[in-house]
Amino acid sequence: MYGALWRLLPGPWPVKLLLSLLLFVAVVAVCFLWLFPAIAPYMPFNGNSVQSGLPFPTPTPFI
Amino acid sequence: MRRLRWGVRTLGEVLITLGLLLFLFVSWQLWWTDVTANRAQAVTIHALERGFGPAGRVAATPQTPLATLTKVPFGQAFAIMRIPRFGADFARPVLQGTDHDALTNGIGHYSGTAFPGQVGNFAVAGHRTTYGMPFSNIDLLRTGDVIVLETKASYIVYAVARHVIVTPDQVEVIAPVPQHPGDKPTQAWLTMTSCNPRFSATQRYVVFAKLVRSIPRSTGLAASYMAVPAGTVG
Repeated sequence: MYGALWRLLPGPWPVKLLLSLLLFVAVVAVCFLWLFPAIAPYMPFNGNSVQSGLPFPTPTPFI
Repeated sequence: MRRLRWGVRTLGEVLITLGLLLFLFVSWQLWWTDVTANRAQAVTIHALERGFGPAGRVAATPQTPLATLTKVPFGQAFAIMRIPRFGADFARPVLQGTDHDALTNGIGHYSGTAFPGQVGNFAVAGHRTTYGMPFSNIDLLRTGDVIVLETKASYIVYAVARHVIVTPDQVEVIAPVPQHPGDKPTQAWLTMTSCNPRFSATQRYVVFAKLVRSIPRSTGLAASYMAVPAGTVG
């Protein structure tokens, strides 16, 4: 799949290299800015609310 | 054969990609969340300080602090927590609520518990690791350590009394009388909760502090309260 990507990129190899680096940075940016913040609350170690039978309105969250 | 080779190679590439994504996620969680949360929390602190106005200035209109505080909407910052033991510059916003967003933006106030200085239990939660980790060093707090809550109306000074390590379901630590659910409160407590051990959510490190005094903002906070205790590392 990376071979196919390399063949798809236009230009001589230095241009291909630059473009693939740019693509990599773009993927990391999308992950850091949108994807990871969106999925983080669903991670088991970030999940809030432990419900309990005690007479308190608020559970102690995972912190 | 060609097909098989292509299949194996593609599978390998997909697995390597997934591994890299996992590594990226871990770096984001352990490092980048601190970078962004620290920045955001510093901005909130500046905004709060501007909103509170300079210390020592007599408020133009008589304030009813508690009435104002109890109307704080979910997710909004209403106080600054300062802990000299964590460093002279340690200042973190306290927000209403303890959901994921509130804990990302600062220290969360368990809604339904008392407000700063009020009789009962002002209970808060803060991250031990990640998202700016305000309570990273909660285990360094010693008996007598000062914790200052700064609100628009006053400085509320608490002193650490004791700590316990409990399981997450032992929510009686945030009862109006800490650890005595059902009892009628006669004193003002502050309860700080955080994860224990670091990078784990199996336990809660809980620190109880008792009200020392509430000082009107117009009086100003004596510098002695903010003195960094001896033996503080970092």
